[in-house]
Amino acid sequence: MMTHTTSSEPVTPDAKSDRAITPETAGADRGNIKQNKVRRTGAPGEKLNILGGLGGWIWLAVIILPIYYIVITSFRTSEDLRANNQLLPSTNPTIAPFIKVLQNDFLHYFTNSVIVTLATVAVVLSASVMAAYYITRSTTLGGKRLFQIILLGIAIPVQATIIPVYYLIQQLGLYDTLWALILPQIAFAIPLSVLIIVNFVRDIPAELFESMKVDGAGEWRILTSLVLPMAKPALMTVGIYQALQVWNSFLFPLVLTQSSEVRVLPLSLWEYSGQFGIDVPATLAAVVLSALPLLVAYIFARRHIVAGLTAGFGK
Amino acid sequence: MALPAVAFFGIFALIPLIGVVVISFMEWNVLGSPEWVGLTNWEAVLFDRPFTWTALGLTVTFVIGSYLFQAPVALLLGVFMAGQQRYRALLAVLYFLPLLFSSVAVGLTFQSLFSPNYGLSAALPFEWLPNDWLANSDLVMWVMIFVVGWCFVPFHGLLYQAGVRQIPQSMYEAATIDGAGRLRQFFSITLPQLRYTIITSSTLMLVGSLTYFDLIYVLTGGQPADAVRILPLDMYVTGFASYNLGYASVIAVILVAIGLTLSLLLNVLSGSSKMDSDKAGA
Repeated sequence: MMTHTTSSEPVTPDAKSDRAITPETAGADRGNIKQNKVRRTGAPGEKLNILGGLGGWIWLAVIILPIYYIVITSFRTSEDLRANNQLLPSTNPTIAPFIKVLQNDFLHYFTNSVIVTLATVAVVLSASVMAAYYITRSTTLGGKRLFQIILLGIAIPVQATIIPVYYLIQQLGLYDTLWALILPQIAFAIPLSVLIIVNFVRDIPAELFESMKVDGAGEWRILTSLVLPMAKPALMTVGIYQALQVWNSFLFPLVLTQSSEVRVLPLSLWEYSGQFGIDVPATLAAVVLSALPLLVAYIFARRHIVAGLTAGFGK
Repeated sequence: MALPAVAFFGIFALIPLIGVVVISFMEWNVLGSPEWVGLTNWEAVLFDRPFTWTALGLTVTFVIGSYLFQAPVALLLGVFMAGQQRYRALLAVLYFLPLLFSSVAVGLTFQSLFSPNYGLSAALPFEWLPNDWLANSDLVMWVMIFVVGWCFVPFHGLLYQAGVRQIPQSMYEAATIDGAGRLRQFFSITLPQLRYTIITSSTLMLVGSLTYFDLIYVLTGGQPADAVRILPLDMYVTGFASYNLGYASVIAVILVAIGLTLSLLLNVLSGSSKMDSDKAGA
């Protein structure tokens, strides 16, 4: 009926056939990769598995085609794009589109994005970890209330508050500055960040706090030498999640900034597409360049990024 | 300790939330100061502006269409990625890629792919393929639903993958011994066990697409044809292109109200179902 290629453990015939029907059961012994090479013929799940595999490859094509298209297009001239088949790589590849983008202040916009992202995430992390510490250690009703109000904030859609935020930023004289991007984004990042960090800080045993207090440690000492090290994984996920959000955010820059001095990357892409007009390869080269830093980060820290993205929702 | 968080959150999130309600009762054209006009904006937007209802209808189509596209694909993808085969792990790495692009990047990419002159229609030899994807008012809504799905399915796929991995293997083993086939296992074990993930993901999907703005703005070049001018976009255009911030605030308040109602409704649902599944697990 089926052939195990190899099996590192002795299995009874019964167990063997169970596995064959549901390869998912291989998860019971995850370390054993060879287990997955089980060949099945005629098992009840076979057709479904083939359908699943087919669907998987089709979705891959759906995901990859647009990415493939922007990459090959960014290496050709605009004339080349119009004269040849658009889905095949150019026979005369050129890096001219990239040079054009770099000559049009790309690095300046890139720097703005870095400043806004780092500043926002740094403040979000410090403010959130402090708030999370207060909320978990607080025995008063105030702490609980505060947590409830902050949790409510997760449900506030940014889009719906953009008009008052615009008014506020104007009144504060911050319109068209990087501050206009940093301050509101900190505010909207705090609820989810506090939630995730609170869930983590709660798991720190109460005795650890007590013993530090007995040793005469103040609030700050406890925060910096107990809470911070213990909450590090949570801070990492929160940091990555919020950094991605801020890096890619579009509505805030669109509404709250205007001049090219303070333009950030997503808005710059939008402006490039207007400025470059029919030079589509140059616009797409800017798209590729803008995604490059995240791609590099993804290659080196994939697990952290995946965990960071689903943080707080996965449970 | 909590002061910095409270200050930021209060000033730039909580006050604006109240502010949007206040501005909805004011006339404000950006240049002057806002002036109190009572219910005028509300009356105008709800009763003298038929487009509000058209936009609401479009929003409903967009939200439901997006959900019907994203939810099944994300669920199946999550189950698929949770499998142990090596090639699936590799595919999962690639599935994640759309999440690295900003919405503007995705918008410009598809704008170019759907262009009549140098996009898909020009490259592929199929005569029946339409070449006015974004200009055709019958097509553009479906194109939007697809592109927005392209962006968000990977994220929800990850949620489902994590959900599936938490299902105890013993349940499948027991079902197999009882002679349950794949399909039966999917409907009797996987789906019910994923109840909580389904609610979380559904809430994010529905509320997310209700307030979604970025991609639609970019794909339509900031000059949306009325065929896809859903409420968030209608709010932006009314507020920041027509400079009628009073009307725009009314639309924003309507959005917040629908969004909160929807989250609360799903929250109630998730509360009861969470208890059920806790019992089932014990």
